[in-house]
Order: sequence, then structure tokens, then C-alpha cells
Amino acid sequence: MITVESLSKQYAINRGPEVTMLRESVCGFFSRLILGRQPQPRQFIWALKDVSCEISAGEIVGIVGRNGSGKSTLLKILSKIVRPTSGSMRVNGRVASLLEVGTAFHEELTGRENIYLSGCILGMARGRVAAKFDEIVAFAGVDSYIDMPLKHYSSGMSMRLGFSVAAHLESDILLVDEVIAVGDGEFQKKCLQTMGELRGVGRTVLFVSHNLAAVENLCTGAIWLDNGVVRSCGRPKEVIQEYMQTFGALSGADKDLNGVTRRGTGEARFSGVEFLGLSRQKVKTIASGDTLVIRLHYAAKETVQRPVFGLEVYTQLGTLVAQVHTYNSGVDLSPIGPGSGYIDLELPDLNLAPGRYYISLSLTNLGYIFYDVVDHCATFDVDPSGRYGLNRALKSGAIMCLPCNWVSSNHCA
Amino acid sequence: MKYWQWVAEGWMHREIYYLLAWRDVRLRYKQTVLGVFWAVLQPFLTMLLFSIVFGRIVNIGSDGIPYAIFYYAALLPWIYFSSTVTQSSLSLVNNARLVTKVYFPRSALPIAPALSGMVDLGIGTIILIVMMAYYGLHPTAKLFLWPVLVIMLACLSCTIGMVLSALNVRYRDVKHVVPFLLQLWLFATPIVYPANMIPEYLRFYMDLNPLTGIVAAFRTVCVPQQHTDWASLGFSAVVILLLLFVSVGYFSKAEQSFGDVL
Repeated sequence: MITVESLSKQYAINRGPEVTMLRESVCGFFSRLILGRQPQPRQFIWALKDVSCEISAGEIVGIVGRNGSGKSTLLKILSKIVRPTSGSMRVNGRVASLLEVGTAFHEELTGRENIYLSGCILGMARGRVAAKFDEIVAFAGVDSYIDMPLKHYSSGMSMRLGFSVAAHLESDILLVDEVIAVGDGEFQKKCLQTMGELRGVGRTVLFVSHNLAAVENLCTGAIWLDNGVVRSCGRPKEVIQEYMQTFGALSGADKDLNGVTRRGTGEARFSGVEFLGLSRQKVKTIASGDTLVIRLHYAAKETVQRPVFGLEVYTQLGTLVAQVHTYNSGVDLSPIGPGSGYIDLELPDLNLAPGRYYISLSLTNLGYIFYDVVDHCATFDVDPSGRYGLNRALKSGAIMCLPCNWVSSNHCA
Repeated sequence: MKYWQWVAEGWMHREIYYLLAWRDVRLRYKQTVLGVFWAVLQPFLTMLLFSIVFGRIVNIGSDGIPYAIFYYAALLPWIYFSSTVTQSSLSLVNNARLVTKVYFPRSALPIAPALSGMVDLGIGTIILIVMMAYYGLHPTAKLFLWPVLVIMLACLSCTIGMVLSALNVRYRDVKHVVPFLLQLWLFATPIVYPANMIPEYLRFYMDLNPLTGIVAAFRTVCVPQQHTDWASLGFSAVVILLLLFVSVGYFSKAEQSFGDVL
């Protein structure tokens, strides 16, 4: 159905995207001609390198990997939006790609008009949209708004309408990029169900997701991309396990972050992360209710004004549990660097349920410059030992422990 | 992609072309208070202005055609051409989100304005017919040439629009060049002056501009006693065909990197 052979995609990086001005090109031409100046040599990165895979009809394949690992690039190549630098692909069947929700939607047009516009641009014949129209509206649940301009819709409603159009595309192959991560919970469930139903219909689906649970439950196969290279592909459970093993060191251990995959401009970088106890002692185990100190080591090449440190905590299956920033916590840091240092994040009374969690780090500034972003760089395990010094084990499976009091009123005489 | 494959793919997805054009029309008439009047007002007021400035003040001859008809018949195709080219040259950049999120024949974006412009052109034509009746000009069999001229005009607009839109993706300052280019083009075309005022030694160069033949023909169609310059018109048709081949060739090459650059 889909055959991909040693597909590679290269992007130039040091000139930004290939946007230039005519004026610059003309000036550049003359300065080369007259002054003999050489243009800056370009640097390239491989967004995808030598990717081969085969997906047969009726399969639902999840693509997992860190941000920037080439997942979206692969989908874009398969949907013909960008051309590969080298390699070949063969796709048999009609392809519909869903890289965003509400493709081609326009605020001023009514829901009805948008359904036709979006449906046709996504590859459906107008007659087919008309035939499916009632179903699309019903699925999105926007019946009474259908002749109102989209600008009067809530964002949830237009999102639902967008997914509904996509869900009714009659293609043989559907390429989906992280779209089910949006929308309210009820609707997410509906989307996941629809994707589940696709299995029966015999449609081939390729979908990118950070929701590892969804990949494991819905897919018949999985591909793990890392830095543009296929690291593993096969049964979802095994691929996800392999992928998760790279999420970081074991609980409590120091983690050197100098050699890991990262994004960002690099003026300052995380060099390590440590998990400590309240008095900054090394800890062997972390239990729910303890105070956990996460020490973030950094090294700055230049002075960074107004640094903002951020940390995200995810469950094993990719659910974002919490996100903390120095900025959001009301902490304004003084400039850092050049040089190295560390910052401690104290989490008193850690109310996470037993289980494995992983963290992503970011070092940014208020002007939205990303100095360093390291995804899933370390993990820590919360022990199933008791809370509040009680020796009563907690059951794992939940995400958090609610701070609680039990108050009983005894009616017995 | 092979040349004919490219054309065939566009034809297969022709619904998208109509739909994008329809979207343009919907939006234009939905968002403006004046609505249809806008389509009528623009050429009409320009015609009045030209009649006063060039007709009464500068006193350029109009070949014996009433000034109103003389200017209106030339301004209709010109306004269609210039607004189509302006819109299509921006179409790819303005719809960058669409281009980077879904695959469809990219030429639909620069070609759609040429289709949606037909609505305004049609309304303008009705006004023209009313004006002809007012001046006692009876339509002759030459009126059948009108659709042919419109098709030639649309092809020319698509050609220029496609090239400029693709260039605009590559070089973002092309959009500043377009208004200037159109201004030059306005005066290089016999719009404010009649075609027969062109001196003989410039004739050939003026005819290289395909708009020359088209605009002159638009005028002669309206006036029974005027003769259409078939040679000039035929030459325009050949130039347009050549340009069409070149621009499709360029566009189909350039579109391969749209997804990366936008």
C-alpha cells in the first residue's frame, strides 16, 4: 500500500528558510561579480535520513518520537506537500492528509460553506460532501449553528466541525498529525473511537501522536523516528517500550545532559539534572508525599538576560501532568552566565501516584527565544510505599494523590 | 512532473478551482457594505475621471467613439486584468497555511482570482450594454467576439498571476514590484489613448504587449463602424499561448519547493 524506500529530506539551516528578497539576490549577485565575495556556504540538516518502511493496506500505524525527529516531515512527504531530497515512495490509493483541524476554514463563511470548502480541498468530490453532509453535521453536533458564520462558533465547535469533515473523507489512506490532542475530553474520546472504527473499514491510517496510550491501543503497528532515522518499527507495544527506555536515567540517578537530542539556539544549555531530597541529599527512592528537589545544571556561553526555566512532567503514556515555569511561578531571575550553575526546583509534598514519570526541560527567555529544549530527558519513579509515613502501600495506575481528609460521623449508638 | 500530467491533474481537481473562486466572490460581497455597487462603481468612476482628464482637458482623440464608451470598454478589461494579477500574485503567500497543510493543485490559488473576477466583469458588461443603448450603438454580430476576448484576457491574467505568485514565494519583495509593474503596463497599453495614435515605428513593440490587441478589440466590438485589427489580435493570441506555455513550465517547476519555502 505504502512503500517508502530510503527517503531523505534535507533542509538548509543557516539562511533560515529559503525566503529571500529580490533586492538581496540582485545585490548579492553584483557583490559576487564585482567584489568577488563568496556567499556564505550553506549548512544542511537531515530532517529524514534513509527512511524505509512498508505499510500494507488496512494497517493503522502510529509514528512516535521526540519533537523534531522528523515525524511531521514524513507525513508531509507522503502527502506530497514537500518533496523528498532523495529516495522514492509509492502510495497506492487515494490519500487524504489531516495535518491540522479545520483546513481551509474561513471565519466569515458559514458552517455549511466551510464544510464544502474544506471537504473539497481535502480531496472529496462536491457530490460526496453533499451526500455526507447530514452525517458530518451530526457528528460535529453543530446542527443549529450550521448557517452561521464560523466566527460565531466557539473554538471547540469549529474544531469538532473540522475533525468531522476529516473523519468523513472517503480516502483509502489517511495521514493524521497529532490532531486528536486538541478539543475537549468528550470529543477526544469520539475521535479515538472513530479512529478505532477505521480499523474495521480497512482504511490505512498513519498517525503521529505523543499519546503513547492511544498508539498502543489503536494501532496495529508503530514506527519510532529518532533524529530522522527509523530506530524501530513493528508491534506497537514493543516499539513503545523501546522508545520509552530512552526517556532518561533510572530513578534518582544524576543524568548528564550533554549528549542528548535537543532543540534551541544554544546560548545556554542544560548540562545535567539531579533528583535530591529536602536537605539536598542524594535520594535512593522517591515516595509520594516526600519533598523532591530537582536540580537543573546549566552552562551558559553568553549572558542570558531574564532566563525562564521550565519543567514538564509526563506520565509514561505521554499525558502532560504538570508544567511549571519560573515565570509563571512569579519568579524573576537575574541574568545568568557566562559560566555554569544550577537552579533547584523544590516540589514539597509530591502528590504523584506511584509510577514512572518523565520530564522535559526548557530554558527560554521572555522574548520567546528558546535557548534549550530537551524533551523526555530524565525519568523518576515514585515508589508505591505509603504516604504520610504510613506503611500502607498505594495502588499504582492513578496519576495523583489527592490531599484529603476523611471525616466520619458515627451514628452507632 | 510531465507537462501534460500537470494539466491533467489540474483538470481532475477543477472543482477546487471553482470553489476557491466562489470563496473569493462570497467573501468580497459578504464583507463590503457596498456589495455589488463596488464592482460597478470602480470602472464607472475611473471612466468619468479619464473622460474628464484625458478627454476634456488633455483632449486626446477617441477615434470618434463617445468618450464614455471609449474609456469604459477599455477599463473593463484593464481593471479585470490588474485586480486579477494583484490578487493572484499574493495568493500563494496569503494562503501559506493551506499550501503547507494540504496537497491540492497549487495553481488553483493564482487561477481562482481570474475566475472570481468574471463576476465583476460580467456586471460591468451589463452596465456597458446599458451605456451602448444610451448612446444608440446597436450591437452587431461582432459581439460574439466578446467571449473570445474575455477568454484571452483570462488566460493572460492567469499567466502573469502564476509567474508573479511563484516569484513572490521565492522573493518576498516582488509584491512591492507588482503595483509599479501594473502602472507601467497601464500606460504601455492603449487605454487612455486610441490604438491608432501609436506611431508606426513603435507599432511592433506595442503589439508584443498582448493587452494592446485585446483592449483595442474590446473597443471595436462595441462600435459598429470600427474595424477590428485582426492581425494585432491574432498576434496577441500567439503571444498569450507562448506565455502560457512558459508560465506553466515555470510554475510546475517552482511549485515543488513551495512546501519548503512557505
